[in-house]
Amino acid sequence: MIQVNQTTENNYLLISVEGEADASSPIELDKQIREAVDSESKNILVDCTNLNYISSAGLGVFMSYIGEVNEKAITFIIFGLSDKVAKVFSILGLDQLLTIKQTKEDAQAEIDGL
Amino acid sequence: MGYSFNIPGSRNKLRLMRKFVTEVLHEHHVSDIETNMMVLAVDEVCANIIIHGLPSEQDDFVKINIDFTQEGIWFEIVDKGAAFDILKYNEPVLDDLIKNKQKGGVGIMLVKKIMDKIEFSSTNQANTLKLYKQVTFES
Repeated sequence: MIQVNQTTENNYLLISVEGEADASSPIELDKQIREAVDSESKNILVDCTNLNYISSAGLGVFMSYIGEVNEKAITFIIFGLSDKVAKVFSILGLDQLLTIKQTKEDAQAEIDGL
Repeated sequence: MGYSFNIPGSRNKLRLMRKFVTEVLHEHHVSDIETNMMVLAVDEVCANIIIHGLPSEQDDFVKINIDFTQEGIWFEIVDKGAAFDILKYNEPVLDDLIKNKQKGGVGIMLVKKIMDKIEFSSTNQANTLKLYKQVTFES
């Protein structure tokens, strides 16, 4: 089960992902990221603090936006990964291709150019 | 000692398998991070079988057996769907997947990166995939 919510805060759009991103749940995650990327927002933060599990289906969703956010010059930052979820991103080197920060404050600082 | 679990043939039920494998590995003092890696590899294999191998979701189940040795863990995954030998499968290149904005294709890559040994056999009765991972058991 996965729950994905979207809110606007300060100068960014915040997507929070909770639960498990497995083979049964990529559509909801994809829908929310698609909406965010299609919006006017130039800054998108993805809060994974309560993401307990991710498999290739979830990784695939994030992967599929790498090119588009670069083309549209969107700052797309994932933060709050637990150690075990972070490890899954690093197996294929996706941690090098996506912007991943430890905390929301770190992500905010990146947007603000601090 | 071996452990067995029948996974219902529905991708919504994969979480039951993950819970089972996690509990068994924790019982044997495998660290959280290593447990999650092995759960992921088994999850990828089972998701593939359920989505591509079984005739239709919910028709059948996938059986998983777990066996411990001194140095590691064997996972045996048995199904009766269409045979798919992951050893003969050429994984796509990650850069191509990203360039083409594809959302899938990395599951088997993950399995091969995580596991130390992979063996596949198929008869007209069933397909058996064996995955082995060397593990340092915490005391």
